[in-house]
Amino acid sequence: MKGKIEIRVTVNGEEHHASVEPRLLLADFIRENLDLTGTHVGCEHGICGACTVLMNGDSVRACLTLAVQADGAEVETVESLGDSENLGSLQRAFREHHALQCGFCTPGMLMTATDMLRKYPLETEDEIRVGLSGNICRCTGYQHIVDAISAARDERNKK
Amino acid sequence: MSLPNDVELTRPQYVGATVTRREDPRLLSGEGNYVADIKRHGMLHIAFRRSDQAHALIHKIDIGEVLSLPGVIGVYTGKDIAEIAKPYKATSRMKNYQATYIPPLAIDKVRYVGEAVVAVVAESRYIAEDALGLIEVEYRPLPVLVDPEKALEPEAPKLHEQLGSNVLAEREFARGEVAEVFVNAPVTVGGRFHFTRTTPVTLETRAAVAEYDKGAKSLTLHSTTQIPGIVRDKLSEIFDLPGPRVRVIAPDVGGGFGGKTSLYSEEIVASAISRALGKPIKWVSDRMEDLMTTGHAFDEVVYADIAVTKDGEIVGLKADVIGDVGAYSIYPWTATIEPVQVVSFMPGPYRIENYAARVRAVATNKTLTGAYRGVGRPISVFVMDRLLDMAARKIGMDPAEIRRRNLVNDDEFPYKAASGLVWDKSAFQSCLREARDKIGYEELRREQNLARAEGRWVGVGIASYAELTGVGSRIAVAPGMPINTGTETCNVAIDSTGAVTASFGIASQGQGMETTLAQVVAQELGVKLEDVEIILGDTAAVSHSTGTYASRGAVFGGGAGTLAAQAVREKIIRVAGHLLEAAEEDIEVGDGNVWVKGTDSKMTIRDLARALYSNMGSVPKEMRDEIDNLEATKVYDPFFGTTTAATHMCLVEVDPETYNAKIKKYIVVEDCGKVINPMIANGQAHGGVAQGIGVALMEEVIHDDTGQVLTASLVDYVVPSAVEVPSMDVMHVEAELPGTIGGFRGLGEGGTIGAPACIANAISDALSPLGVEIMELPATPERLFRLIEAAKSL
Repeated sequence: MKGKIEIRVTVNGEEHHASVEPRLLLADFIRENLDLTGTHVGCEHGICGACTVLMNGDSVRACLTLAVQADGAEVETVESLGDSENLGSLQRAFREHHALQCGFCTPGMLMTATDMLRKYPLETEDEIRVGLSGNICRCTGYQHIVDAISAARDERNKK
Repeated sequence: MSLPNDVELTRPQYVGATVTRREDPRLLSGEGNYVADIKRHGMLHIAFRRSDQAHALIHKIDIGEVLSLPGVIGVYTGKDIAEIAKPYKATSRMKNYQATYIPPLAIDKVRYVGEAVVAVVAESRYIAEDALGLIEVEYRPLPVLVDPEKALEPEAPKLHEQLGSNVLAEREFARGEVAEVFVNAPVTVGGRFHFTRTTPVTLETRAAVAEYDKGAKSLTLHSTTQIPGIVRDKLSEIFDLPGPRVRVIAPDVGGGFGGKTSLYSEEIVASAISRALGKPIKWVSDRMEDLMTTGHAFDEVVYADIAVTKDGEIVGLKADVIGDVGAYSIYPWTATIEPVQVVSFMPGPYRIENYAARVRAVATNKTLTGAYRGVGRPISVFVMDRLLDMAARKIGMDPAEIRRRNLVNDDEFPYKAASGLVWDKSAFQSCLREARDKIGYEELRREQNLARAEGRWVGVGIASYAELTGVGSRIAVAPGMPINTGTETCNVAIDSTGAVTASFGIASQGQGMETTLAQVVAQELGVKLEDVEIILGDTAAVSHSTGTYASRGAVFGGGAGTLAAQAVREKIIRVAGHLLEAAEEDIEVGDGNVWVKGTDSKMTIRDLARALYSNMGSVPKEMRDEIDNLEATKVYDPFFGTTTAATHMCLVEVDPETYNAKIKKYIVVEDCGKVINPMIANGQAHGGVAQGIGVALMEEVIHDDTGQVLTASLVDYVVPSAVEVPSMDVMHVEAELPGTIGGFRGLGEGGTIGAPACIANAISDALSPLGVEIMELPATPERLFRLIEAAKSL
């Protein structure tokens, strides 16, 4: 594949310049070029949601987005939420409610939840469940994820 | 500082406490280490060209200009790999079993769609995939077998020409006078049940990174496996390398559910190519490959009948099971693992004296079936508990009542089930009773009657089951297999820095074992929870281990961990007795300290370790010679294993417009013995039920007549999302604890075992005014529509 394209992408507040093949997936750019392996690839066809990141504030599938489409964009990945020594509030809610088991879907769940919490009231359990319906978790049965997001919503509403 | 003389205060009861998981911070922040995250200097990537034919001779493989493509390093066919790695097969001492050789890459012939034929090695995965498209494989098609009942027929073409037939295994069971009771029984019901094929769908697809070190002549394989020990042992044989020079590590693994309990061709091919090239080799499956090649589940037809008295007492049970096991007998479990378990567990937790069963495992041109959460029992419970409901309906008895009358009573344990399994005491009756009370059974029936009066399709489902967990050396997990699945090892060591490490061969795929095993070891040793390091899933850690499967982690890990911690604790007490100048029986250990009861004479275990290891003179040579170090390796064999029991109940409504079955209430009451961490135990039940909902309502691997997989994407193979899984109640009945160390029973698979039967019963109950019985799962809207239309036209 000839002909690389120059891109400038801001990821978690840090600006990156790269020359990439037009076919390079955003997920691979994030994982391989930037070494941010928190973004997981679970299906490469946009169903499982493990690769969900925020691009200009909206959740997108990094496996269905090309790196060149992120040119000029602001991207947020799970690494932006906090590190293991200083977890952010949503990450803490996930931990307290046992909202993860194997952890593979978790970065996508967290980014989808971040998007939902920023934009929607999430007044009912149904609203949260519908919001999560594009992210598959095979371990938890979702109940604890819903509990964690409900707790994060309550926390948000206090502010 | 106050004196630590209160044992209850200073030795916190970690076992039984809800403790947040220690694996969480790294997994929540993207700092986990999954196989796909591994990078090595000079690492190369493999992609596989897979068969698009279900059954064909490989006439010609033309690699064309592939090698001139920039970045392509090499191309390997089955014959190339055979020169580096021997083919392997799953042997068994079981009578009437035929093993099949499994070539890591197909040689001369392909037997299912998705079978790996050619491996391309390149500098990047993108280039490797580009290269696949340039390879031409010419096939000569052979007759395709997709229907196991046809593959059984004597004139059917054979998948493996050297074998006598396509029946890879056959077994019969009989107890009592089955033919006679069926002739004389007042009521019999039965039919043909079908549990379609599903696939595990771990969110992390399978992956491997193989690193052969030419200088050290050693192979390290990072793999998404549940069975690092089994993989290590087999790779050592396949590559003729001594055990210490093959190390298999399962790092953070993204779900297993049984799908990662088998040895896979890709692990061998990656290792073989790494050995040939002396370079690190990485392979990460894509989802299509994963859906087509990870061991499939279930796929059985069961002809079964039950005979009952007018009072609902079961007097006889018959079952004929035909298991479609796919193209090869999977390693190490063999083709028997799933179908034989169906007949072994068919009588369930019920008192059944007369039972006759036959099972045949039949090879077809499909992906291999292997272990999947529940193994055999989801279908055996489906058949048994459906039969009970059908019988109850026929004699006009409540489904909860017919179960109460047939469940083994508390005073009847140990109970030898008709298939020969022995149930140790478990809360069969109280799980049923508690589930009834907790869900408000009578009220649910009233609700149902009101809904029914409005013409709505609302039903109540019940399923009761028993499973054998933590199975020790008395019984092999798969019949006759030459691998010991009955023991596990733990090493507990306090090193010269005073730090505690507990090392296990079992691996975690999300069960939280770093946390639960730390709870057990910290409590038994008398140290703080956070001071115990847990090592899992590394064959370098212990000399023998098989891994995590069959609901054995808590029983085996907890048991071996307890034994090893207790042995180290005894050593600590000996040394403390000397250092604190007190009798050993006066020494107390807790919270990382040792002290003399009722005194202020105290020291930390850290200081005690330093005294023993480094301050020569503080512990006499005789004592040091005697205890060696603060370390112990212990092996635990639970011998029989122990029985986990549960009752599931649910309320389901079928939508008359969409024919979608919606689960409105769900409860699980289980006896899993002593619960180590209630939060984690609940999570296991939730996840298990969610997968059971998938099996009951949504998930199905579909092959067409030519053996093509029509469900090779997550668009076509649909697993439950947050919308389909309801909030559920989970209750643990810690009745009489079993004889396992710590009183632990296994609980990982239970949810998936009970849910399909429970939901199928609820739908059948909902549709009982139409006379619809659910005999086949998943009960998709399309199936329900057809059943209802057919019933209406009668």
